[in-house]
Amino acid sequence: MIPEDRLSYLDLMREIEDLYFLEADLLDERDYMAWLDLLTADVRYWMPIRKNVAFDNRARETTDEDDIAWMDDDKETLTKRVKQLLTGIHWAEEPVSRVAHVISNIRLASPLVSLRDGETATVKSRFFVYRNRLETEADVLVGRREDILRRAGGALKIARRKILIEQSTLMAKNLTVFL
Amino acid sequence: MNTSLHAAKGLVDSEHGEISREIFVNAEIYRREIEQIFGRAWLFVGHESQVSKPGDFFMSKMGEESVILTRDRANKIHVFLNSCRHRGMKVCRYDEGNTTNFICPYHAWSYATDGRLVGVQDYDNLYQPPFDKGEWGLIEVAQLVNFHGTIWATWDAKAPSFEDYLGEAAFGLSGALRGWDGTDGATELLGSVQKWIVPTNWKFIAENFSGDNLHVVSHRSVEMVGIGPGTSGRRDDYGEARRAAYPGGHGIVYSLVPPKENFVQYSASPETSAYFASCWKKRLQRLGDKAGIFPLIGTIFPNLSFHGQQPRTLLLAHPRGPHETEMWRFYFVDKTAPADVREFLRRYYIRYSGPAGMTEQDDMENWHYASMASDGLIARRHPYHYQAGLGRGGTDALIPGRVTGKEAPGTEQNPRAFYKRWAAFLDAADWTQLRVG
Repeated sequence: MIPEDRLSYLDLMREIEDLYFLEADLLDERDYMAWLDLLTADVRYWMPIRKNVAFDNRARETTDEDDIAWMDDDKETLTKRVKQLLTGIHWAEEPVSRVAHVISNIRLASPLVSLRDGETATVKSRFFVYRNRLETEADVLVGRREDILRRAGGALKIARRKILIEQSTLMAKNLTVFL
Repeated sequence: MNTSLHAAKGLVDSEHGEISREIFVNAEIYRREIEQIFGRAWLFVGHESQVSKPGDFFMSKMGEESVILTRDRANKIHVFLNSCRHRGMKVCRYDEGNTTNFICPYHAWSYATDGRLVGVQDYDNLYQPPFDKGEWGLIEVAQLVNFHGTIWATWDAKAPSFEDYLGEAAFGLSGALRGWDGTDGATELLGSVQKWIVPTNWKFIAENFSGDNLHVVSHRSVEMVGIGPGTSGRRDDYGEARRAAYPGGHGIVYSLVPPKENFVQYSASPETSAYFASCWKKRLQRLGDKAGIFPLIGTIFPNLSFHGQQPRTLLLAHPRGPHETEMWRFYFVDKTAPADVREFLRRYYIRYSGPAGMTEQDDMENWHYASMASDGLIARRHPYHYQAGLGRGGTDALIPGRVTGKEAPGTEQNPRAFYKRWAAFLDAADWTQLRVG
């Protein structure tokens, strides 16, 4: 649903898109320290596991917040992941992989025309991430993101990210790429 | 090399520490492993806490094949092959759940949770004379055991009891499954299972956790960054390590800390540290001079590995062909652990292990490309080197098995024992040729 004040809505949407496209560029160009700056200090970066369950048991299709996940990081752990990438001896990413993030289907979960300092917005999107390393090793990671963005000091930042990959058994040997 | 493939013994020279690369890449050897090892060894299937109520089920695997772990209406745990007796369809395609019956979606044969065939389409009309449904239930494992909460099964009725199969390695496995306070089996799974595909031979994983003490450089980056539950590194100081190999092919690395009052762990989380401290007091009373023995890592032949201390996990390496393995990580905690302790451990466990684990990520890279680079014509002509600590080791006052301590901390005795047993399994006609001790 698009709000009546269409220009303000478009302005906010463009700002959100810019954030995501900047984020994709920073990750694909391996500018990880700058990427960390896009996250709030209290960020939760959570990637639950998907399961094969009966339709009437679908509430259990995604692992709960207190269950095992693929990843469930705060900013301190994310910063450690970045530092590990920068050691030059993190063999899973040494030599570095080639990665492209394609971010699409960006949508505000509820209609908004502005976001003042301290306010948050829930934003849904899709990711298509291609990772290629060494000779012919390739992974395609596709799924949904549900973010909570917060305006802090003027800038939009990512305060929470929930990542739903469309795989149950992960078909990649490891997850060394931020999604 | 092909002429000697008929005897696995010739491929594994555990006395001199040389093992042919063929056993990691050869499709014919892989096919024999499935039959000779996974068809008759005791295999880990799941944990009792996954099927705590009647009708609960968890879809697991034994070797390459899908099985159902379930608890029937009479509270008895079963493991069945997940394949309909009529035309083979999987009767369960849900990872977990609770059910009255497993109903085949192909031709509607249905089975109770105790495996009985209870429903056949148009039974009264089509089958004249009627066939005996009692003979067409789900295919059940030959033996099943609950060992301190872990469920194990074998397809071979002639396999020895699980206790005999473990031998003295029971000391380590039961120790790994203990509560921190030293109570036997006082642990349960911490939630769901991670499953992922790794392009490597399954034995790289089993060998690694049996006691590969030399892969320090694999994890130097995570040690530098520090993800542990204390102040640095990836684990708290675990004291002195000792490696124990067992004739059943099992290998365990134990850590030893002095059984004294002061033993601080998990300092990054005050709640966890306090819980551990209160458990440690009880442990000292309960286990005395053995309180400081922690099974750190281990592999129970063939494919169940564990972390017994920091983190605490179970790992299944399901074979999927000579070049592919499906890894399953189960995490566990004390049943009595408070919620904030569980939460701290949950986050620590998954930043350590699993495909996104900052430790495990680098293992997968090494296993992947070690497998690939061993597949070539020339590569296969040259064996791997397993000679570290040859001839070292002996007995230990506290730990059973063939034990090597600080005289040769990098010893490869545990992988050597694993492959010696592996070769025996491949060559043995049946269990009468596999008795040990």
